[in-house]
Amino acid sequence: MQNLRYLDGVSTLKLSQKLCVGCGLCIEVCPHGVFVLDEHKAHIQDLDGCMECGACVNNCPTSAISVTPGVG
Amino acid sequence: MTALMSQMPEQLEELSSSTDFTLSTKSVKILSSMPDNGGSYYSNLKLQPLETHEKAGYQLCSHVEDFIFTKAGTVPKIKTQLSRDDIFSTIMVRCGIGRNNYRVAPGLYGVGEPGRTSEVLVTANFKLSFDHLRQELKGINVWILVLDTRGVNVWCAAGKGTFSTSELVHRIESTGLNLVVDHKRVIVPQLGATGVSARLVQERCGFRVVFGPIRSRDMVEFLQNRRRVTPGMRQITFTLAERFVLTPVEIRIAAKSVFIMALALVFISGIGPQIFSLEQAWNKGRTGIVMILTGVLSGTVVTPVLLPWLPFRQFAAKGIVSGSVLAATLLFFLPLTQGGIKGSMALFLFSVAISSYFAMGFTGATPFTSPSGVEKEMKRFIPIQAILMLISMVLWIYSSF
Repeated sequence: MQNLRYLDGVSTLKLSQKLCVGCGLCIEVCPHGVFVLDEHKAHIQDLDGCMECGACVNNCPTSAISVTPGVG
Repeated sequence: MTALMSQMPEQLEELSSSTDFTLSTKSVKILSSMPDNGGSYYSNLKLQPLETHEKAGYQLCSHVEDFIFTKAGTVPKIKTQLSRDDIFSTIMVRCGIGRNNYRVAPGLYGVGEPGRTSEVLVTANFKLSFDHLRQELKGINVWILVLDTRGVNVWCAAGKGTFSTSELVHRIESTGLNLVVDHKRVIVPQLGATGVSARLVQERCGFRVVFGPIRSRDMVEFLQNRRRVTPGMRQITFTLAERFVLTPVEIRIAAKSVFIMALALVFISGIGPQIFSLEQAWNKGRTGIVMILTGVLSGTVVTPVLLPWLPFRQFAAKGIVSGSVLAATLLFFLPLTQGGIKGSMALFLFSVAISSYFAMGFTGATPFTSPSGVEKEMKRFIPIQAILMLISMVLWIYSSF
């Protein structure tokens, strides 16, 4: 997908480092490799790769991730 | 029973002449052509042809090759080879014909000789999804749990909330999956994660969700790899072939508005010094229709296929680029009967606006466009497309005077 990128700076994805328990489920479900695990915490490494599908939000055990697109 | 017996006088005689008269199904041959394997009730039934599963008012699906007996009832065993009909239907659905009602019955299915330790793969009841999965499962023994997604594919259904935690839990319970397998594990395609929360499924019914690969063609490797994904299996792709296969549906979606636009354009083409001329409507209008078709083809086929090579990130802008090149090329070769340079300019802008509009529509079919991005793009480009359209119509009418 490196040759196909959509708009930069629009994704509403947010990750709370404080709430993250480092389970790694967001990394498992993300179809665009947006997250990485570093020192037992998830980090957003590619925010502009996010398509706001909500798979990570739906599976985060501590509700550390949010995504709020206006219209579906 | 009486009807059955009257058809088989030899067996009746055999039974009645036998000194040790016990009621057993062991030696009963229902059809004379059937082999008597002397086995149990189940194995006897298993050897019967599929016709014995006939039920008044029902029709056997062509993808079913047998039935498997389980503690939770009979489960259809399905083929891993697509039939000619399946392939024909796939082509029709890919062209947008019968696409909204192409489904299989939700529930449990089997592939190969699945047993109590076999994996359970979850999928949607869109027949295209079901066919995609089963044709990748040649030579392995698994169960397939089909969720009711109203005939929509896994990812879209997950986004719309039908491929969901509650549907998965409901389906696990209603099929009696815990009676069929000894383990407590289901494999859900990764893209289902948008609708399925692994944690909630385990909380509600005790089954653990393992997120499998995105593509069903990776499924066998995933299973042989002890349910471990390789990095490539987790990443979505949008290859040339994957984009191309979507274009017929885009054309079909566009078809209705094309018809209305063509009618309107022919009407506008007739406006001139004599107020309205039918002859002029036809002469100018047919060139206009060719340019509408060019714009539609550019927006629904050329732009999607050339997506990574067209400049700009916004699809509407990509559509302007491809639309401009195509319209300019065509106008150069197309002899304009009327309208001159103003007419050519009008048709160019019209075609480009159409291309941009339908290219923007393709954002809804890709696996990488975010809703926030699409919203931003539409806010910017719908006014631009409307202005292009307006200028072109004014020019088009003006060219008749």
